[in-house]
Amino acid sequence: MIPVAPFTADPVPEPTGNIWNWDFAIEIFPEILRAFLEVTLLVTVVGTVIAALLGLVIAIMIRVLPRPLAFVLRWAANFIRMTPLVVQLLVLYYGFTWMDPLTIGFIVFGVHYATYMSEVYRAGIDSVPKGQWEATKALSMSAGRTWRRVVIPQALRSTIPSLGNYAISMFKDTPFLFVISVAEMVRVAQTIGAQTFRYTEAITIAGLIFLAASYPTALLINRLEKRLAYAN
Amino acid sequence: MPTPTEPEAPVIEFVDVEKRFGDNIVLKDLNFSVRRGERVTLIGPSGSGKTTILRLVMTLEELTGGYIFVDGEPLTHREKDGKRVAVSPKEQKRLRTRIGMVFQQFNLFPNMTVLENIIEAPIHVLGQSKAEATAKAHSLLEQVGLPDKADQHPLSLSGGQQQRVAIARALAMDPEILLLDEVTSALDPEVVGDVLNILRNVADTTNVTMLIVTHEMSFARDVSHKVMMFDGGRVVEEGAPEKIFSDPSHARTKQFLSAVLRDA
Repeated sequence: MIPVAPFTADPVPEPTGNIWNWDFAIEIFPEILRAFLEVTLLVTVVGTVIAALLGLVIAIMIRVLPRPLAFVLRWAANFIRMTPLVVQLLVLYYGFTWMDPLTIGFIVFGVHYATYMSEVYRAGIDSVPKGQWEATKALSMSAGRTWRRVVIPQALRSTIPSLGNYAISMFKDTPFLFVISVAEMVRVAQTIGAQTFRYTEAITIAGLIFLAASYPTALLINRLEKRLAYAN
Repeated sequence: MPTPTEPEAPVIEFVDVEKRFGDNIVLKDLNFSVRRGERVTLIGPSGSGKTTILRLVMTLEELTGGYIFVDGEPLTHREKDGKRVAVSPKEQKRLRTRIGMVFQQFNLFPNMTVLENIIEAPIHVLGQSKAEATAKAHSLLEQVGLPDKADQHPLSLSGGQQQRVAIARALAMDPEILLLDEVTSALDPEVVGDVLNILRNVADTTNVTMLIVTHEMSFARDVSHKVMMFDGGRVVEEGAPEKIFSDPSHARTKQFLSAVLRDA
């Protein structure tokens, strides 16, 4: 939520004058935008790529591995999914002090969301009709071709919206990176506020950047979903 | 048309086949064989195990007892030192590539075009070149009367057209054995004839062995060399179609035929 409506008069006079200062906002905008591009967006993109690929691998492994191994994998995925992201960030941060915090961010966001996405893929795989599997067998297709050419393409079609929503979710979780002292956008905005005692502009800009990125992404996912529907 | 005295080895042979789902025995002590080029139709009430027989040959169901031989080789299990031993997946796959199946629900891949559906397995299973597989696919599409549908997606076609594509897809693998599982049951009545004519044509022009489950009795009579009447997981009666359809000897066959022929 955007915290304060700009341009309304504040009943309590502040030492710094108006609550919203355009010159100041314009001055700090590049710094906040840079934090967005260099950290927030980067972690989201890398995290989403890891989550989307690893999630698919987990979903397939749970289907094809021998039962005890599949059970262990499912249990491990549940464990990661059921514990808070912040805790996982902290565990890696303090447990692997030699690791670069940004790398920890990639790993934790990627793996954490992979466990969510694997559930989405699982549902997608389950939705592929039995007749499709039987047709691949009747044609003697290999397991690899069956997955690559028949099951995954059909499973993906129904998963795209949910995967996209998790990507947006991950994007909005990036401020948690502050707990491992990564200078992501909200932390940079907050630091600017702390140094200048002007929080409104910095935090508002951060919020608007989030909105400006999430909303078009949601529209894009929508369009992609329509394009993936069987045409003709 | 092969005659019963021909000494040729059977292309499909069922030996003491038993199939159970849990406690439910669907097939029991089933013994029969099909010779090369022979077209055998399985008839009988639903639940009599006809479709299960086709699915066992395609290895879509696990064989719970007995043996099935394809070209004299064990398809799922062999007997070794008095025990039933599963054959290796590789051996099974080698035999399976000789068998094609057309399903009641077509089961075309909706994410691929018609052409891609047909050439996928010839290229990646049989190792044909793309050019070779494509040329063959176009001639098969011609044969099933859909020469201009190669680039369409299956779901844009009618049921009858989809089933014709499915027939072309199965034939593209050059099967020795073609399994037809109620291929017209999901179709609108007015397109059933088209699909059956295509299959009659396949029967006339090739030597492919066919195992057919159908409720289309006139089709069964036209194309089959032998009809087997099933009931309760057993063969009640078998013989030439002329004999079975006009002069059945078993009461159960008479009863079944009078019921289905009255419907038709």
